[in-house]
Amino acid sequence: MDLILEGIKKAFWLLVTLDPEVMGITLLSLQVSGTATLVSLLIGISVGVAVALSRFTGRRIVISLINTGMGLPPVVVGLFVTIFLWRNGPLGFFGILYTPTAMIIAQAIIATPIVMGITLAAIQQLPQKLRLQILALGATRLQMVWILIREARLPLLAAVMAGFGGVISEVGASIMVGGNIKGYSRVLTTATVMETSRGNFDIAIALGIILLLLAYFINLILTQIQQKTRPR
Amino acid sequence: MNNKDYRTIWSERLGMNESGPILEARNIEVERGGSTILNIPSLQIKEGEILSLIGPNGAGKTTLLQTLSYLLKPFQGEIFFKGKKVETNHSVLEYRRRLAMVFQEPLLFDTTVFNNVASGLKIRRMEKKKIRDMVMEELDRFGISHLKDRSVKTLSGGEAQRTSLARAFVLQPEILLLDEPFASLDPPTRDSLIEDLDHILRQTRTTTIFATHDRMEALRLSDRVAVMNGGRILQMGFPGEVMNQPVDEWVASFVGVETILTGRVVKEGHGTFFVSVEGQEIEVVGRAHLGEKVVLCIRPENVTLSTHPSRERSSARNVLTGKIEKIVSLGLYQKVQLNCGFPLVAYVTNHSLEELLLTEGKEVEASFKATAITAIRKGES
Repeated sequence: MDLILEGIKKAFWLLVTLDPEVMGITLLSLQVSGTATLVSLLIGISVGVAVALSRFTGRRIVISLINTGMGLPPVVVGLFVTIFLWRNGPLGFFGILYTPTAMIIAQAIIATPIVMGITLAAIQQLPQKLRLQILALGATRLQMVWILIREARLPLLAAVMAGFGGVISEVGASIMVGGNIKGYSRVLTTATVMETSRGNFDIAIALGIILLLLAYFINLILTQIQQKTRPR
Repeated sequence: MNNKDYRTIWSERLGMNESGPILEARNIEVERGGSTILNIPSLQIKEGEILSLIGPNGAGKTTLLQTLSYLLKPFQGEIFFKGKKVETNHSVLEYRRRLAMVFQEPLLFDTTVFNNVASGLKIRRMEKKKIRDMVMEELDRFGISHLKDRSVKTLSGGEAQRTSLARAFVLQPEILLLDEPFASLDPPTRDSLIEDLDHILRQTRTTTIFATHDRMEALRLSDRVAVMNGGRILQMGFPGEVMNQPVDEWVASFVGVETILTGRVVKEGHGTFFVSVEGQEIEVVGRAHLGEKVVLCIRPENVTLSTHPSRERSSARNVLTGKIEKIVSLGLYQKVQLNCGFPLVAYVTNHSLEELLLTEGKEVEASFKATAITAIRKGES
């Protein structure tokens, strides 16, 4: 019990004094995961909508692939991103292994299928005739797509939450492609793993609490937006 | 008879000097899965008319409406809007923006009633103030101004369909396409909405194509009726024509062979009212206002014929004398067409035909109960 109490005390201290190292780690976590989520939204929503609205052979296979991708194990992603970015790998010439950029790439790869899968389901669950109704109102194809996205905004916000939640809490890929380099590519999850293995439970608990609070506040904000857009 | 009446209304509405049709479809053919689901060699819609498409589910009504609005592609054939070919002379988008369509389901957007009605205008990038004025006017017309800030999730079925209709009308479409807009409403809601829509259509004189499987709705709202089945138009004409002279057995069985009369309410009785039709008064059970126009439907099996004056005259029974114009055998029954100053159709059994010695040219007495008449109120116009 002492261990936990001491840990929480230390954690509280680190938080109120705005410990520069802890703050740096938190900020980097937000930057990396935020950017990765944005990238995944751009790709995930556009491809998801396109697949939902089009008819082509092999569509079912594509959909099942996307759905499988929603549960992509981060370590597998980490492995392949590492191989590709390895000095002698196909994309080794970029020289970005063990950088935050590599972490963004890996996290975006993890989040994109999640966003894509939810988008696909969200657009498909809208009534078929709604598309005809929108076109009958005089919409161009682009306007129709935009209105459909707006109609599916609630499940799409869930996609944002799921995508961000998935990557900010992810550790396997980040540690493999980022390297957990102090002050450079160390994020909340990788730091927690390291401090725990060193027996520094106080710092680990502090980092854990920050991670929880972060996840809570991001979701709180998104939930607020979600509930506000729904008129009473 | 009433055909004349419909024609008068029609030509009044159209103006006799009207040039070509506002919409013309030629050789329309739609194929799905190897079979033809729509085949319309020619269809012309006159400006200002209300045409109803009636037929059972799967008759091709929805397919026709969606083809006419270019929502269903591909199809074979040509569509001309105001004499110009769509796709060649108008872009599909430009053409579609001059139409509006209302579906059976309200298909509202997840926002307020106001935003829903405004959506078509926003798509056209109209300026905000103008949108506001137009939307408010339309909400008022459909009696839903008080709902403007409500979420569509909280609307009743009738309110939702009114919102959907307002969203179409606010665009001031040159052609309005209605695809069974009342089919999912309960009867009282449907009746009040039909009454309002009838009023609004007559007021705005919007050219309308209206699909329904309910022939009473069709009679109530339309100037012309097209009976559809199996992707084809089997018969098209004024309601009286189609109802009284169906072209084949299928149309007859679908529309029901009936006598359709148009008249005006001239007197009110106790729980009944009297309608003057071609100088004759017919008593009908129900309520209607003096001077109101009504359409009366009398089923032939409810009309009885006799050759000698009836002894007892119950107050709620209509007795008319008429001359037999034509007798057509329908197997077990004989269809007798009478002229009582207006055409009246009666069914008699082969037995009574012989017993009464009915022949063409003979004078007979026709009677039918005041309760056996379906009256459709058309309002004071």
